[in-house]
Amino acid sequence: MGPACGRRAAYTSPMLITTSSMTVAEFEAGTGWELKPEGACRAALCVPLGDAGPIDGTLDPQRLAARLGMAFVRHSDTLAALGPATVTGRALTTAEAPELVLDDFDGREFRLSSLRGEKVVLVAWAPY
Amino acid sequence: MTICLEATGPEAGRPYVDRAKPEHPTLIDPTHRMDDLFGVTNIPNSVWIDEAGTIVRPAEPAWPVVREPRPPRDAAVPAPDLPEHLRELAAEAAGIVVDSGPYLEALHDWAEQGSRSQFALAPDEVLARSQPRGLEESAAAAHFELGQHLLVSGDPASARKHFAESHRLQPDNWTYRRQAWSLEPGGEGPLARFWQGPSEGTPGDWPYPGDWVKDIRAVGAENYYPRFRA
Repeated sequence: MGPACGRRAAYTSPMLITTSSMTVAEFEAGTGWELKPEGACRAALCVPLGDAGPIDGTLDPQRLAARLGMAFVRHSDTLAALGPATVTGRALTTAEAPELVLDDFDGREFRLSSLRGEKVVLVAWAPY
Repeated sequence: MTICLEATGPEAGRPYVDRAKPEHPTLIDPTHRMDDLFGVTNIPNSVWIDEAGTIVRPAEPAWPVVREPRPPRDAAVPAPDLPEHLRELAAEAAGIVVDSGPYLEALHDWAEQGSRSQFALAPDEVLARSQPRGLEESAAAAHFELGQHLLVSGDPASARKHFAESHRLQPDNWTYRRQAWSLEPGGEGPLARFWQGPSEGTPGDWPYPGDWVKDIRAVGAENYYPRFRA
């Protein structure tokens, strides 16, 4: 997902899964990983998918989760969630900052990558 | 830029934002994306990113101003007309150690020196210092995601089960715990979201094994935030 690959996958939608299969685009948007011929990639890190790769543009989320060390947690027949990948054993798989797309308090979408060229201090806080 | 981790949306944080009148981007993160993407496990936390988009310090406790050392615990207990639970909470909070001075010195150094700053870490060190993440932490994130979805979908009973699982699977993630606890009615008034424990009238209704006072006593208030590491 480096600059040479064009716009980075934006991690914009939840990791929730409501069907037994998902499209490549849904997976990429939900997890921030990008599917390439060499496997699932994030920055310079690529994990070969073997038989867990896409078939006709769709993926089996459970098989893919196993490849990437993602927890697959089912709530019901129609609702499950994928946890983040664990392939490096740490929260960060690369020092390249992932794309972060969130709304501001006025409901306007903001992309972390729009601050490229400036130093950024991301500060997480909460009203509790 | 600031990111408000709040499952119910922007309204709970809006009074703070309105009062601060920030000029920087001020975002709302209802699904705790910061936890998943950057390994944030408590608040306040910061992540430093350089001009090229490279993380130079992973998630760590962050402070906007230098905080004076807190008074001794006995002296910090507030007015006696406060509910006993809040007195206990304040006493534990007084034991929290905050390394605001060293953090801010490092931040100013990086702002001035950039990549020459000793506090700007190499990529390998950034990864190594980011939070551990195995399958249990991954499952905790998935449970938290389900809990948040079920909460806003109107199924708080199911949401609590998933929140509780996220707490069990990743016990050092205070963000998951504080978020879930803060949604339960314990007290009233402006401190209601900070009550985070059984109510005084019906303590048996508290739906979680842990609460803020109980759990911080278990780890020791002085260990609540990791010390600043140059």
